[in-house]
Amino acid sequence: MTELPPPAAKKLGLVIDLDTCVGCQACATNCKEWNTGGHLGPLPDLNAFSAGAEGTWFNRVHSYEAGEGEDGRTVHFPRSCLHCETPACVTVCPTGASYKRAEDGIVLINTDSCIGCGLCAWACPYGARELDQDEGVMKKCTLCVDRIYNETIPEPQRQPACVITCPVGARHFGDLGDPDSKVSQLVAARGGYDLMPEMGYKPVNKYLPPRERPKAKAASLDEAQPTPLDIKNPLLRWLDRALSR
Amino acid sequence: MNPAPSIVFFTTASGAGYGLLLWLCVLRPLGLVPGGSGFGLVALGVATALVVAGLLSSTAHLGRPERAWRAFSQWRSSWLSREGVAAVATFVPMVLFGLSVLAGNGAAAALTGLLAAAGAAVTVWCTGMIYASLKPVRQWHHPLVPWGYMLFAGFSGAALLAALAGFWGQAAWPAALAAGLGAASFGFKRAYWAEIDAPPPAGTPTIETATGLGRIGATRPLDPPHTEQTWLLREMGFRVARKHSRKLRLLVLGGFGAAALVSLLAAFAGGPLAGLLLVVGAAAALGGLLVERWLMFAEATHTVTLFYTGEA
Repeated sequence: MTELPPPAAKKLGLVIDLDTCVGCQACATNCKEWNTGGHLGPLPDLNAFSAGAEGTWFNRVHSYEAGEGEDGRTVHFPRSCLHCETPACVTVCPTGASYKRAEDGIVLINTDSCIGCGLCAWACPYGARELDQDEGVMKKCTLCVDRIYNETIPEPQRQPACVITCPVGARHFGDLGDPDSKVSQLVAARGGYDLMPEMGYKPVNKYLPPRERPKAKAASLDEAQPTPLDIKNPLLRWLDRALSR
Repeated sequence: MNPAPSIVFFTTASGAGYGLLLWLCVLRPLGLVPGGSGFGLVALGVATALVVAGLLSSTAHLGRPERAWRAFSQWRSSWLSREGVAAVATFVPMVLFGLSVLAGNGAAAALTGLLAAAGAAVTVWCTGMIYASLKPVRQWHHPLVPWGYMLFAGFSGAALLAALAGFWGQAAWPAALAAGLGAASFGFKRAYWAEIDAPPPAGTPTIETATGLGRIGATRPLDPPHTEQTWLLREMGFRVARKHSRKLRLLVLGGFGAAALVSLLAAFAGGPLAGLLLVVGAAAALGGLLVERWLMFAEATHTVTLFYTGEA
């Protein structure tokens, strides 16, 4: 059913720290690696070994410059499905293939009934859905639903592939519906925010803003003075030392 | 947005077919078009052919056309599903109308015709709402959009009906209707373009709200996430039309204006000249509409391009 389920208490999602993300693409790569054999796999590549290579990915890492001059920052920005609370990608689906899970809020696709009309991708402001051009059906981030509940892998690994692979710990997974969860506390402490809140889709995933940096101080007067080592002429160096006493 | 030929043809052809059906069923009981069963069946046949060709063309846009029947299930939430249900449901009174016309039963034809006309109007409204309900596309998520689909279907349908009635030599009323709707379409499209060309209202997403980096300052893309094209960008990042939009818009207005003018002339001229003028008018209306529908897609921008270019 593409009608939305009643709001659930549990809202599984990601918290992405834009302060620590280094833009290494490991999350995107490990996502592709796991998910091409996962719940919505395969994630095909076209012309994989020639010019014009392209493929279906669930996670794309952009880089931006924000601000001007000294206050400017380079920010790496992973973009994937935000598992919105009111996802229009689900309600526009004519077949019921697109759905939001009642128990944990994960947005998924039943690729057996998807007709590949692409309307869900049009309805997503965030560009989270990409068509599998081999199969002719839509694909998207599953929040690694096949890892997080998977009892055949050790418990510490029951996290989305992008989260466990991140070398700088910039990605966090948890229940954003529980105000006491680690991720909710992190969002509260760091001022986590929604992308494009004006669209009204109520994303579950949150982004943590880059921390404010201390302003660079102007060089002090002391530093502007030459040190004895800066004076190359031995006679002048001796004179400087004598007069500095 | 990418103007996929299958969808441009689908919305134009089935819109014209439903418009033709609607005016045939409304004007026939009023005696404003030829009342014989020959004209009724030919007009119904043309309408059906356009609707069916359009619907078949729309399945060419699907990744899995063989599963198209599944699209009838989610009418409670999806305008696309509602359109499918309305389109299929409208075939029932269409067939009954055709049988009534064939049997020469005026009362039954009037009743089934009105049901078919209502079905046609509902189907075209659903088509318009598919686009109007998409928030990420500013140019579509606009109150004028579904009314535009209704008006243009009515206009092209009236022009076709007038052209057909011209062969029976009784085209004055549908020609006058086509002239009026053509003039209305001309003004409506200009008003719509003025709306979407105006600076976007406050609260329209920007790269700063899309990334949340506006808290630091003005934001611009530095490195893209991939060096090659993707399906997403081909679908949402179509930019060709903006280069030629002025000329293409003139072409649309020229088609609408020419159709309105020759229809008006034909309404007064009568005779074989009117028949010829009305065929030209219908061609101008449909040609203008194909360009209009192509522009409707090509000029529309999607918020996902904010992430790539900083603009939408």
